[in-house]
Amino acid sequence: MASEGDRRPDLEVEARRSRVLGGLRLEAEGARGVAIALLSTAVFLTAVVVAVTQSPGWPEVHRAFFGWHDITSTFPEIARAFKLNVKIFLVCEVFILILALVIAVLRSLPGPVFFPLRALAIIYTDLARGVPTILVIALLGYGVPGLQLQGVPTSRVFWAGVGLVLVYSGYVAEVYRAGIESVHPSQEAAARSLGLSRFQALRRVILPQAVRRVIPPLLNDFIGLQKDTALVGTLGVVEAFNQSMIDSSATFTFGAYLAAASLFVLLTIPLARLTDWLILRDRRRRQAGGLLT
Amino acid sequence: MSALRLEGVHKSFGANEVLRGIDLELEDHEVVCLIGASGSGKSTLLRCVNLLEPLDRGRVFLDHEEITRRGVDVNAVRRRIGIVFQAYNLFPHMTVLRNVTLAPRDVLGLGRQEAEARGLELLGRFGLADKRDEYPDRLSGGQQQRVAIVRALAMGPELMLLDEVTSALDPELVAEVLSVIRELAGVGMTMLIATHEMGFARDVASRVCFLDGGQILEDGTPEAIFGRPQNPRTQQFLGQIVEAGRL
Repeated sequence: MASEGDRRPDLEVEARRSRVLGGLRLEAEGARGVAIALLSTAVFLTAVVVAVTQSPGWPEVHRAFFGWHDITSTFPEIARAFKLNVKIFLVCEVFILILALVIAVLRSLPGPVFFPLRALAIIYTDLARGVPTILVIALLGYGVPGLQLQGVPTSRVFWAGVGLVLVYSGYVAEVYRAGIESVHPSQEAAARSLGLSRFQALRRVILPQAVRRVIPPLLNDFIGLQKDTALVGTLGVVEAFNQSMIDSSATFTFGAYLAAASLFVLLTIPLARLTDWLILRDRRRRQAGGLLT
Repeated sequence: MSALRLEGVHKSFGANEVLRGIDLELEDHEVVCLIGASGSGKSTLLRCVNLLEPLDRGRVFLDHEEITRRGVDVNAVRRRIGIVFQAYNLFPHMTVLRNVTLAPRDVLGLGRQEAEARGLELLGRFGLADKRDEYPDRLSGGQQQRVAIVRALAMGPELMLLDEVTSALDPELVAEVLSVIRELAGVGMTMLIATHEMGFARDVASRVCFLDGGQILEDGTPEAIFGRPQNPRTQQFLGQIVEAGRL
């Protein structure tokens, strides 16, 4: 009874996997390939270093940006300020994931009855993506506390966070929507035919598949958000970027900027690698079937 | 007792009139096969019965109760009718057992243990017990289609609709799915089956309906339809099937 008719041959999967893993294109070419890659990298880097250090302004730039002491001495203070960036990022991300999902679901409601909700969702995503983030943060961060309303938070960090949530929800809603639309209508038909309501079909059948497919682009937006937490500094809040400005104006050098930049990079690289890994895992699973059982 | 009755069912997609006045009645425990060329309206007819497509005109009664009237609870109606699709449409992110227990748990409100016990019993009955924890894309087409049938049966439907359930299968996998349907017919399940498997229709059907251009042109016992078809269109259609060596 147990027939293997549709199962893919494992060999083919193995071949594709090794192609995917060889992202740097070294694996398949062997030792000779590695040697050529190393040599060409060395030549390229030497050319860049020579070009930069021979430039007329290099001694001045080197002093202003690459003073090792400037970088290391400001690093601890900036790292402390950076904790605020991480906190803003983590808290905002939770709200973005929720708000964006609500907007995406509203936008994908079918039928004429839901036209007002769909229109609202479209207007929202247009505005959120159309207005520069720095303006939204300035409007909310200076504007709302300025109203002096009873019971409304006056913290600028709070309102800057609200601004980031509003802006990024527009982008993330579009990512979710792409995922929802990529699930074939026959999946909804199958769910509804079993008696599941529209909401149950969405929750159990459509969204789980949609979200799985858009995890890589979602993480891409996370990375953008991590960097944009620096915009909160424009309100005078002391986070990593603002701290580095303070430090650099004290030393009259830009080493502090490099310290701040390295912190952001340290945080984004793991996320970028995680994104790559998830893409790889997803591809592997689709090719090999239920490897993740 | 009539299990299902269709009265003057019309359905168009834009300018394309797919169903042009279908009248059809199924008694309890009857197995009716719909035959006809692709595009004759077989699938649309089944989707209309399950309310996946709204009718333009006409009425459908399930166990004497009109299910096409205004304000009917479509979810409650669909609970009572199982449908199996040509392309299986299993949920790819769920294991076989979860596919089978999702609707009993979420729609009928069964507890996890009860739903799983029922699901496992059905899977076992159709030789799928060892696949309970597999994901659908690990299974052959025939296995997937049998899981889809079990998924529909798990709701305890009073009527099953089968929409060309073997058309997407490799020839060697067709038999295992047809034997499942034969077994269901044997235990008295009322079924409306759209099919291209003429030999199967002749064996299993209590009645065969020939659909052409959105109308039922001929309706009779398998012996009558396959042995001495009256309508010239039926004769022509079956002639082509015989010529192709499929009957």
